Amino acid sequence: MNISKTFKDGALTIALQGRLDTTTAPLLEQELQASLDGVTALRFDFAQLEYISSAGLRVLLTSQKQMNKQGTMVVCNVNETIGEVFEITGFSDVLTIE
Amino acid sequence: MPQITVKAAIENLPAVTSFVDEMLEANGCGMKALMQLNIAVDELFSNIAHYAYPGGAGEVTVTAAFDAPQRLFVLTFTDSGIPYNPLDREDPDITLSAEERQIGGLGIMMVRKTMDGMTYEYTDGHNILTISKKI
Repeated sequence: MNISKTFKDGALTIALQGRLDTTTAPLLEQELQASLDGVTALRFDFAQLEYISSAGLRVLLTSQKQMNKQGTMVVCNVNETIGEVFEITGFSDVLTIE
Repeated sequence: MPQITVKAAIENLPAVTSFVDEMLEANGCGMKALMQLNIAVDELFSNIAHYAYPGGAGEVTVTAAFDAPQRLFVLTFTDSGIPYNPLDREDPDITLSAEERQIGGLGIMMVRKTMDGMTYEYTDGHNILTISKKI
């Protein structure tokens, strides 16, 4: 999985490429722990993300809880497989999906 | 039947995923079913890697079979760790807010809902978990 970050004026966009699974979720978690200070608008761009497993959901949930305290978080460009994962798990109600 | 045996450790997930992908691609599996099976492999393999062998590392064997006339793909995970039936677990509450959410159990629930079949048996000291899906 590749992680690319764009930060400007408190807005952080994180674009993921590949698979957010058990082996790669810890990388995203570390990246977020190092990056969320001072962020008021967090955007995940999943255009190049193939799929997400529950390990990835865990990181998104942690991130959502953090952003609930300091700003907003949206997830955009979700493919069909990932959209279905969000529906099945009820994450479509917890996350803001654009 | 094609199979792969690896140490039950997270770092071996990519090897198992590649093994499954090769078999799926060779049999003309569509992208959606392939992704759903990749997720299922992640959930089931990582469960075994995390919980089956609390005292140290054991092995997992993953066997793949394809019933061409039925287009049914069958994957079997066999380990000799502590007996654990993931199907006994109740589904987590998926209506809770972010603050109240628990992740435990979500993975197995996803697998059950995206596969066409899932069975568990404990035989001769082995956990044998089988999933099947039309591809």
